[in-house]
Amino acid sequence: MAHERCHWSRFRLKSRSQGTVDQLKTIGRELAMGSQGSSKDFLDLVKAIGEAKSKAEEERIVLAEIELLKKRIMEPDVPRKKMKEYIIRLVYVEMLGHDASFGYIYAVKMTHDDNLLCKKSGYLATTLFLNEDHDLIILIVNTIQKDLKSDNYLVVSAALTAVCKLINEETIPAVLPQVIDLLGHPKEHVRKKAVMALHRFYQRSPSSVSHLLTKFRQILCDKDPSVMSAALCALFDLVSSDVKAFKNLTASFVSILKQVAEHRLPKAYDYHRTPAPFVQIKILKILALLGAGDRHTSENMYSVLLEVLKRCEPGKGEPATNISNAILYECICTITAIVASPKLLGMAAEITSRFLKSDNHNYKYMGIDALGRVIQINPDFAEQHQLAVIDCLEDQDDTLKRKTLDLLYKMTKSTNVEVIVDHMISYMRTLSDAHNKTEIASRIVELAERFAPSNQWFIQTMNQVFELAGDLVPAKVAHDLMRLLAKGAGEDDEEADSLLRSSAVESYLQLLGEPKLPSILLQVVCWVLGEFGTAGGTHSADDIIGKLCDVAEAHPGDTVVKGYAITAITKICAFEIAAGRQVQLLPECRSFMDDLLASHSTDLQQRAYELQVFLGLGPDIVQKVLHVNGSGEEIEIDTDLPFLQEFVDSSLANGARPYVHENERFEMSSGMSSFVSTSRTQQEPSHALRFEAYETPTVHTPSASSSAPPSLLPDFQEKKPESPRSLRNQLAADNSQVDLLGPEITRLRLDGVQKKWGRPSAPSQPPPVTTSNFDQEIERSGNGGSGVSERASSNRESTPAVHVYTEKKKAQPEIPAEKQRLAASLFGGSSGKRDANGVKGSKPAPNRPAAGNSKEKIPSTAQAPAPAPLMDLMDMGGGDLFSAPVAKASYDPFKELEGLLDGPSTAASTSTPAAPQKSSSIDFMSLYDSTPVVSHNTVPSTNDHDFLSLGLTSSSGIEPMNRPEAGLLDLNEFPANSPLAGLAGLEQSSSSSSTSLPERKGPSLQDSLQKDATTRQVGVTPTGANPALFQDLFG
Amino acid sequence: MTIRFVLLVNKQGQTRLAQYYEYLTIEERRALEGEIVRKCLARPDNQCSFVEHRNYKIIYRRYASLFFLVGVDGEENELAILEFIHCVVETMDRYFGNVCELDIMFHLEKAHFMLEEMVMNGCIVETNKQNILNPIQLMDKTT
Repeated sequence: MAHERCHWSRFRLKSRSQGTVDQLKTIGRELAMGSQGSSKDFLDLVKAIGEAKSKAEEERIVLAEIELLKKRIMEPDVPRKKMKEYIIRLVYVEMLGHDASFGYIYAVKMTHDDNLLCKKSGYLATTLFLNEDHDLIILIVNTIQKDLKSDNYLVVSAALTAVCKLINEETIPAVLPQVIDLLGHPKEHVRKKAVMALHRFYQRSPSSVSHLLTKFRQILCDKDPSVMSAALCALFDLVSSDVKAFKNLTASFVSILKQVAEHRLPKAYDYHRTPAPFVQIKILKILALLGAGDRHTSENMYSVLLEVLKRCEPGKGEPATNISNAILYECICTITAIVASPKLLGMAAEITSRFLKSDNHNYKYMGIDALGRVIQINPDFAEQHQLAVIDCLEDQDDTLKRKTLDLLYKMTKSTNVEVIVDHMISYMRTLSDAHNKTEIASRIVELAERFAPSNQWFIQTMNQVFELAGDLVPAKVAHDLMRLLAKGAGEDDEEADSLLRSSAVESYLQLLGEPKLPSILLQVVCWVLGEFGTAGGTHSADDIIGKLCDVAEAHPGDTVVKGYAITAITKICAFEIAAGRQVQLLPECRSFMDDLLASHSTDLQQRAYELQVFLGLGPDIVQKVLHVNGSGEEIEIDTDLPFLQEFVDSSLANGARPYVHENERFEMSSGMSSFVSTSRTQQEPSHALRFEAYETPTVHTPSASSSAPPSLLPDFQEKKPESPRSLRNQLAADNSQVDLLGPEITRLRLDGVQKKWGRPSAPSQPPPVTTSNFDQEIERSGNGGSGVSERASSNRESTPAVHVYTEKKKAQPEIPAEKQRLAASLFGGSSGKRDANGVKGSKPAPNRPAAGNSKEKIPSTAQAPAPAPLMDLMDMGGGDLFSAPVAKASYDPFKELEGLLDGPSTAASTSTPAAPQKSSSIDFMSLYDSTPVVSHNTVPSTNDHDFLSLGLTSSSGIEPMNRPEAGLLDLNEFPANSPLAGLAGLEQSSSSSSTSLPERKGPSLQDSLQKDATTRQVGVTPTGANPALFQDLFG
Repeated sequence: MTIRFVLLVNKQGQTRLAQYYEYLTIEERRALEGEIVRKCLARPDNQCSFVEHRNYKIIYRRYASLFFLVGVDGEENELAILEFIHCVVETMDRYFGNVCELDIMFHLEKAHFMLEEMVMNGCIVETNKQNILNPIQLMDKTT
């Protein structure tokens, strides 16, 4: 058959007569039906799917197909070929998003087939359909075991492929011995797959192959390069999990990399003339792991890294290819990961610069990433590229923008935080999906907390974050914000504090005008209005109460907001009463309160009752209980509890056991004892040993029997309205002074709280007055939970990452002033302002960054490039190399197709003209056809007329589209050309790289003809519904 | 270093080949493919060939009517994946000869076989075209 086709194709090249066409059509049909083994049914299905115009149409086709298959597949004695086809059709059904589970069992059965193609198709379908925990897996294990023993190595490797996808942890032992045996198989193809199967076992269950570590080392030395490279996959995982154990392999990796880089592998491993690039990259990744933080190991890599770098550098006048740039990028990653020499670092920096200066967005992206790595080692390096970074930041390209924000996030310090956070916020405005928003919001919060220049700024930033990200922000952030307002700047500057508060009140009143606010922001708003709404004197109590009622009314379903609102109203009323004014509740407020009095939520009820009580109390009591600006006050705790002395004495006199200090009770760590004290029941001295874990003390419950005074906990943590216990505390927290029992101690003690934002008040934690457990307990709660202190320490740890860049003055006048300013604010910052030792907010004067440095001169090299020209479609990497001659040609609708012609060697990245490559294709053409109908040099400009194959050139020069009779006949004219034109295209595209063209095109001639025949047989024509189906991917 | 999925989608957003290296239910795949395709196909050609989506990074490349999308995770060399896509297309082109969308549709299993040779366990294992195509061509001969 092959011979016949070959003959036919040669014949076709020379003859165009009508008779031949008819004859060929018949042959084509035979070919389609016979050798392809595809039935008309299948071809029709593919055709229908291919031509479906809409998702709905596709859906209909697939649903009909499911019905059909359900009937057919169950028929008895379906011939094997037919069954194979059904299974592929099932694959289609699932690929297009529908359930084909009714046919899974047939796919499993197909794996038993003796025919290799059927077996392989069965395995393929099974791996596509089933996950490794599916019930049918057990049925297939037996088949796999049998196939692993087969004499036919293709059967063995098909089974090994299936092993990688189907064998789960439990079934590993069933095949493991056989797989290990296959490591010694004479066929490298099988050895390679066996290694990958072991790799899979390792991924599934590391312990299953833990005894095989030496095997992996041995395979690394396999004489076949592809087996060796498979071993690298496994070793990469092994090394990542335990670097130390593999340090002694460093020399082997280095020597393999050296050999690969020196082109010792067979040419077939080349990709675009680069020797086994994916192997190089994999080894570089492993070296990065091995050399990290290890000078000695790193030093052994220096020479090979230099070698790799050198060989990837493009020769003079040659463009760097995508693939060599990929290796260069990987080198940067390795160099910045290991303990590198200055020389290597210099080279890494140089390559990074080159990436950043490229017009190609892919390279810019890699450059930004590389820059982030290089500045971890050499912070000064960022400055040279400030303008390139700003260009990327302002680019329309979302990916690039995001990557740049990642970089800036790493570079943030107190001098540039405002600019960077501004950018992040405006970027957040453009986002719609929750995943991204959450991520960026948490970054903003983190930066703001670490570097905020002023409280005012912090509050405004947080408001924006709440507004944009709403409930994606953790509640803790809101509580921190409230505490900040309550506490003020932490210095004795009442005026500044009240200014801050009144500005917060104003901004929140304004905010309430917005239609939709997230619940968490409303909580903050209510709290602030309640606490400070009337404090400035600019707003009357009625105003504020009215607003609060509106808020509650607008959110009938949100009990938390309602709770905040009613408590805020309570506070305002209390302030009014305390000030001696008569409080006449607004009717709407009255009805709101009445509603809550009958609420199902006990929390809301309690709050409403409290309001009611307050309204009936006289000013002097109220003043004691709730007075203006009480929230920020400290609660002083007299831990000696002298007022209980009498009670204790009388109890002792009555025969009670004396109190034994818990330190004396258990000889345990003091940390432990403080936990214990929170739970009364466990304090019996007889309980010397406890085996259960201690509960984490979250909320301190004042217990009646306790000798401790009722406590007021400044609990700003997340509420759980369902639990009455925590409700009580919550309420107390909100009001912070509600407790009537111990007014003399109702002061929040917050001075132990480390500030996470704002000005650098001494962040130190004053030593606790006493070591009593109760005191510690208060302090812990006062910190808003353990999170704060953890955060504090993590801040300290992470601050070394904050880099400061020294200024270098460089004359560069022609850069737009705006950019200069931006650059200065991002990268500037004199050393005096550096946040060097990372003590948070050591002296962040507000408003500093932009103005001070705006006169700074900027280096010219990174000047803003002109807007990049539109690149052609396929040219992802190549920038303007090919797009220039082609894409600018015209605006005809095929323009985009033209671009495709330029195909594969997108790789290239610089702007060398492509002419020499075009001409080189001529030789190949002549190999195939003595009467070349295609003028090679015109390929790029004329081929766009053809719709059968992008690479096809119309020899007549008439646009077939326009011919009325265009159709089958025209089609028949073209196939002969198509391989040639395709060749031209291919050659042009890969001329820089591939040396194997003749052999590549050998089979394709026949195949493409056969393909044409097939398509004609099906009746899919280029003028049909979806001409794109015929486009050569390579143009 | 892991590839999480390889997708071939035409410019109407119809899936032409899908290979996942981690298990997702049909519904999850459907949703994921819809989101990714919407994102990638909307991007102008001069922008990066990389898109971040959820926890994936997607590297895509367009050939005529077909988009090749590869989803990766973690620290992956995007440029290398971009070239890997090209290597896949070259391999298909060598096998089919002037490969077009329809070839892949008619010979879905062959396209999968090639991919099976090239990517295993989410790792790139083979890019030597002879090694990739040998077993497939041998099989063609015997059947």
